[in-house]
Amino acid sequence: MARMSMIEAIRDAHDIAMGQDDKVVVFGEDVGYFGGVFRCTKGLQEKYGRNRCFDAPINESGIVGTAIGMAAYGLRPCVEIQFADYVYPAYDQIVSEAARIRYRSDGDFTCPMVVRMPTGGGIYGGQTHSQSPEALFAHVAGLKTVIPSNPYDAKGLLISSIEDDDPVIFLEPKRLYNGPFDGYHDRPVTPWSKNDLGEVPDGHYTVPLGKAAIRREGRDVTIVAYGTMVHVALAAAEDAGVDAEVIDLRTIVPVDLDTVAESVKKTGRCVVVHEATRTCGFGAELVTLIANHCFYHLEAPPTRVTGYDTPYPHAQEWDYFPGPKRVGDALKRVMEPA
Amino acid sequence: MATQKPFELHVPEPECRPGDVPDFSGFDVPKAGVAKRPPVDAAPEDIQELAYDIIRVLDDDGKAVGEWAPNLDDEAALKGLRDMMTVRSFDARMLTAQRQGKTSFYIQALGEEAIACAFQAALREGDMNFPTYRQQGLLVSAGYPLEDMMNQIYSNSADPLQGRQLPIMYSSKEYGFFSISGNLGTQYVQAVGWAMASAIEGDTKIAAGWIGDGATAESDFYSALVFASTFRAPVILNIVNNQWAISTFQGIARGRSATFAARGLGFGIPSLRVDGNDYLAVYAVAKWAVERAALGLGPTLIEYVTYRAGPHSTSDDPSSYRPKEESSAWPLGDPIERMKTHLIAKDAWSEERHEQAKAEIDSTVLTTQKKAEANGTLHDGPHPSPKDMFEDVYRELPSHLVRQRREAGV
Repeated sequence: MARMSMIEAIRDAHDIAMGQDDKVVVFGEDVGYFGGVFRCTKGLQEKYGRNRCFDAPINESGIVGTAIGMAAYGLRPCVEIQFADYVYPAYDQIVSEAARIRYRSDGDFTCPMVVRMPTGGGIYGGQTHSQSPEALFAHVAGLKTVIPSNPYDAKGLLISSIEDDDPVIFLEPKRLYNGPFDGYHDRPVTPWSKNDLGEVPDGHYTVPLGKAAIRREGRDVTIVAYGTMVHVALAAAEDAGVDAEVIDLRTIVPVDLDTVAESVKKTGRCVVVHEATRTCGFGAELVTLIANHCFYHLEAPPTRVTGYDTPYPHAQEWDYFPGPKRVGDALKRVMEPA
Repeated sequence: MATQKPFELHVPEPECRPGDVPDFSGFDVPKAGVAKRPPVDAAPEDIQELAYDIIRVLDDDGKAVGEWAPNLDDEAALKGLRDMMTVRSFDARMLTAQRQGKTSFYIQALGEEAIACAFQAALREGDMNFPTYRQQGLLVSAGYPLEDMMNQIYSNSADPLQGRQLPIMYSSKEYGFFSISGNLGTQYVQAVGWAMASAIEGDTKIAAGWIGDGATAESDFYSALVFASTFRAPVILNIVNNQWAISTFQGIARGRSATFAARGLGFGIPSLRVDGNDYLAVYAVAKWAVERAALGLGPTLIEYVTYRAGPHSTSDDPSSYRPKEESSAWPLGDPIERMKTHLIAKDAWSEERHEQAKAEIDSTVLTTQKKAEANGTLHDGPHPSPKDMFEDVYRELPSHLVRQRREAGV
């Protein structure tokens, strides 16, 4: 057991998966010798050889397309897209190919592949290093979409994803790589070494896909979040003085509807939070599910706090980011008597 | 300084349109047997002329001539002829079946039968094709059951793909035929990935990617060439240049490049151009590429020069964009006729035996069709269950699909 950053936990998950199954191969831009621009694959090439961890040309459709071919052969490729913002050239390969190969071949060919990518803003990355495209993947039949919020989950979920027999999109909130960022950008970030969820067991373990975690129990309102917004939600609940239950979805497809519905039926109120743009965001799906499954338990209309429907701005990053103040305001609104 | 003239956009046009007399006078047909056959380990820069040539083996009299003439015994040559005849007969039956409303869609390979049939004959057990929709000859040559092809076309109760795929989008791992996507070009880079996996695993199997002239314009084509070149993947990258991408002539995808094969040269990939209507030339070039890959020498790019004699698909009418007579004016002839002439010239075949073989093949196809139709056709008879619609989206049915299946009442 050791305290790790999310980067170290992700690196460790690769190491465990590659160590126990030589079908696991890892590649992407700058991933081999250098170990990735965020260092998530550091040391893997040295340990497992260039055949199993290598640099790819700057060609996302090629990275994912070759990974699909490798998966069809029988390998388990785990590839890195340097930023989620760069995944679009590979979107056709992911949507039209990876997601449907099992279906269209009646299971004759399959695609056990993980596509990892750093997601979300908060690093002054502008439009091209800040996006949260999870809804674009959640909309596609045949994909699973995973977004961890801490080092313990990141390792366990990544091992689960690599061992899964279907394609998994693995979005890593880059603002959480080094600590549980709660949205207070003007305060120093606590490192993971000072957080219990930075406690990462040695060796192999898994966190199951499709199972949410309750990060804070509460009676008055349910906050449904994932990734960075879990920590923003926790801070907002404390600051607003609201007894909120905070659910960390961890996987958005398949989504753990049971955990969400049970909580909302208990609290009768719900705020859904994500950093991605609002229209057709995953929050829309969550609010619909809540309306369908919890309607007669609701005391207030479910609400969303999200990024605005604009590109991710540079100078206005913290005006765009749905921080604890905006989440807190939403909590207070849903708590107002009808 | 010269006066600047306003620009004018250059949009290439084919030589002929409907109503014109087909003219292939500008299409240079090299003599059979002239092209040199380099050793398989030749440096790509030393054999660049093969990307501009057309490797041809069968001459006008049906003789196999030159260094590329393969050592194919009569039995193998006759199998090649029968495979091509089977594809043509099968296509004709299925085209009729589509017109009769027994299925929604069909794509024939008329005039291009030699390419897939001869290529498959050059592959080894365990090698994997990543085909497009016009390579049914790969399956026929590999001995895949015709009835299963028909069951798939009819989306009937015995469809190996449970009615989920558009007709002719076959899939068979056992027969080395990767699931056809229908999106263009995506499979090309996947073939490279499969070949890279074979190398990663220390295996000896090779992959073959397939693409049409039109889809070489897709970015996945270049992705495939980059990865194949960089990682020296044991892959054969095939371009079937049948002159037409639906209604768009090959000049739109080719631009000002002399040939499609020449695209490989910048990547340091040995690139060859071959007469796609010459079974023996296709077989010989495919064998050369297989040997290269098997020796660990990496990828080969092959352009097959051929002509799409039929419509693109059953949803297309070529008379609205090209002269009706263009097909018969095509200078490389018909692959079945040329192979037949060759075998007769060798005394291994005769007109009578050919007629007899054709009757036998037609009869087998018809009998097979009746058997397949007993399993249903698209709108009649037994069908895959609606329940199957929900299977194989994931390995295990997730809870949201359980709910949706319940909602569908199946």
